[in-house]
Amino acid sequence: MAAVELRSVKKNFGKVAVIHGVSTVIDKGEFVVIVGPSGCGKSTLLRMVAGLEEISEGEVVIGGRVVNGLEPKDRDIAMVFQNYALYPHMRVYDNMAYGLRIRGLSKDDIDRRVREAAKILELDALLDRKPRQLSGGQRQRVAMGRAIVRHPQVFLFDEPLSNLDAKLRVQMRLELQKLHRRLGVTSLYVTHDQVEAMTLGQRIIVMNAGRAEQIGTPAEVYHRPATTFVASFIGSPPMNLLRGRVSADGTQFRTDSGSINLRQARAARAGRELLLGLRPEALDIGGTQFAAEIEMIESLGADHLIHARLGMQSLVARTADEIKLALGASLALGFSADAEHWFDPQTTQRLEI
Amino acid sequence: MIERRPALTVLSHLVLALGVLVVMFPVYVTFIASTQTSQQIITQVPMSLAPGSNMLETYRVALFGGETTYGSKVPPVASMLWVSFVTAMTIAIGKIAISLLSAFAFVYFRFPGRSLCFWMIFVTLMLPVEVRISPTYAVVSNLGMLNTYAGLTVPLIASATATFLFRQFFLTVPDELVEAARIDGAGPMRFFKDVLVPLSMTSVAALFVIQFIYGWNQYLWPLLVTTDESMAPVVMGIKRMISGGDAQNEWNVVMATAILAMLPPAAVVLLMQRWFVKGLVDAEK
Repeated sequence: MAAVELRSVKKNFGKVAVIHGVSTVIDKGEFVVIVGPSGCGKSTLLRMVAGLEEISEGEVVIGGRVVNGLEPKDRDIAMVFQNYALYPHMRVYDNMAYGLRIRGLSKDDIDRRVREAAKILELDALLDRKPRQLSGGQRQRVAMGRAIVRHPQVFLFDEPLSNLDAKLRVQMRLELQKLHRRLGVTSLYVTHDQVEAMTLGQRIIVMNAGRAEQIGTPAEVYHRPATTFVASFIGSPPMNLLRGRVSADGTQFRTDSGSINLRQARAARAGRELLLGLRPEALDIGGTQFAAEIEMIESLGADHLIHARLGMQSLVARTADEIKLALGASLALGFSADAEHWFDPQTTQRLEI
Repeated sequence: MIERRPALTVLSHLVLALGVLVVMFPVYVTFIASTQTSQQIITQVPMSLAPGSNMLETYRVALFGGETTYGSKVPPVASMLWVSFVTAMTIAIGKIAISLLSAFAFVYFRFPGRSLCFWMIFVTLMLPVEVRISPTYAVVSNLGMLNTYAGLTVPLIASATATFLFRQFFLTVPDELVEAARIDGAGPMRFFKDVLVPLSMTSVAALFVIQFIYGWNQYLWPLLVTTDESMAPVVMGIKRMISGGDAQNEWNVVMATAILAMLPPAAVVLLMQRWFVKGLVDAEK
């Protein structure tokens, strides 16, 4: 029995369709990340699973039960918010115990659970403090503690790390991974940060404008993006997408300013207008397939990002080698056939050709 | 950068000292007058500003009633103080309780006629007690509430200002707090009791002071509603003591009563002040 199932879940605000039908099955203990730009509907989707938003169409199933009409407290879920949402006037202990008190658990049970969670999250010393006496990271851990003590079937995370500074975010990401390995609770995690998605998720749902463009493992999403949106959203710097037309014999890719030699000629590609996707790290400096004009070089220390121009189109190459070429010079580039991603310019879908 | 100019500092201190003097002098005179005998007040012109020796006697007569030097009877003020206190407390607590609940309804619930109710309450802000006093009197007397605590407090117990204040405060409570409570399993009233009211305590303290003083200072309404001497609040008592014309006024007793009438509101303000400051210093997040 799956832990969570989404069956064509749709959301309308009045006449406006915000979520167009998302379906997936999440197994017990799986950590699934919903990632997408602002406004794509990922938080709305999460809130529908939580019960904070009405489900316009479709069903949400948790632990085998259809939960569409149920209040959040009856769905056996726990949620961690972006702004922590801790009760400001209660101590950390009471913040974590509140939900259990309402459920009517005995004082001993409550104490046991709270102290257990505090131990896991290293909050033992902070139980008597109020939220305003805690740092951002500590507050986020209290919010997680509040979720853990409920022993729910599913954890729901709504961009929990977005309010933390960059260094703390990296630290908390690792802690979250450790926590998941330790507790093994099914988790649904929403974020706009593709790095968090790639590192935390066992599977990723990439959303755009209310649609799930791709659902797959990080490797699948990275190496075989289903649409141009996924291709350019996952990975930093984003994948280069070049417009052009394949020659009649399939050996060349003609852009508005020149030709790119292709290593393999395929009949399926011949003569078609297509988008060629190439990841920055897949471009080999000194290759013989095409040349671009260098516009800027960004040095990141370990890597260098070369921003170049191919006619009207810009692209980025990444290399670990020191580049001795000056701005305005011509950069010779090449790539292997495996590194090619082909997309239909009209439908933005991936083409296996 | 604050300029340091000794002359200006002296000037500002002077102005402040003057202000304090202007405000405190009448209170001081009242206090001094209450420590002297009636004889001394009338015969000594201008009245001496040094404390007299008659304080205990004057206050005893004021509080418990009795004969004075002129042989006139003075009604006991103690019972009037009690009436004032009960009225003011009932009005303050009643107003706060009702306004908390109505603000809660306006902010967290959607119901038909919500806008209409809100605007009706807003309109009542423009109607002072005096405008509606005749019909209110008629209703109160028909309900047999004259000369009762109920009659003194119920017509004054709904408050539009308090409702607005709480509404504004509730609007600043983040939505996520409500959602977290919902996920924890708290229903609306549970949320109200466990989360909203504790967070509103500073507003409650502020409003309590305002409403207590409002209730304490009520004069027109109690004047209409009470005929029984035992149900008169202390502000009425003071007025009654000053009977013009031929009768001699026991000014020292009157002054003593005035001081006694000022003490409870002052005590409330001082007590609540500690609460405000505590609430302001603990900046909530």
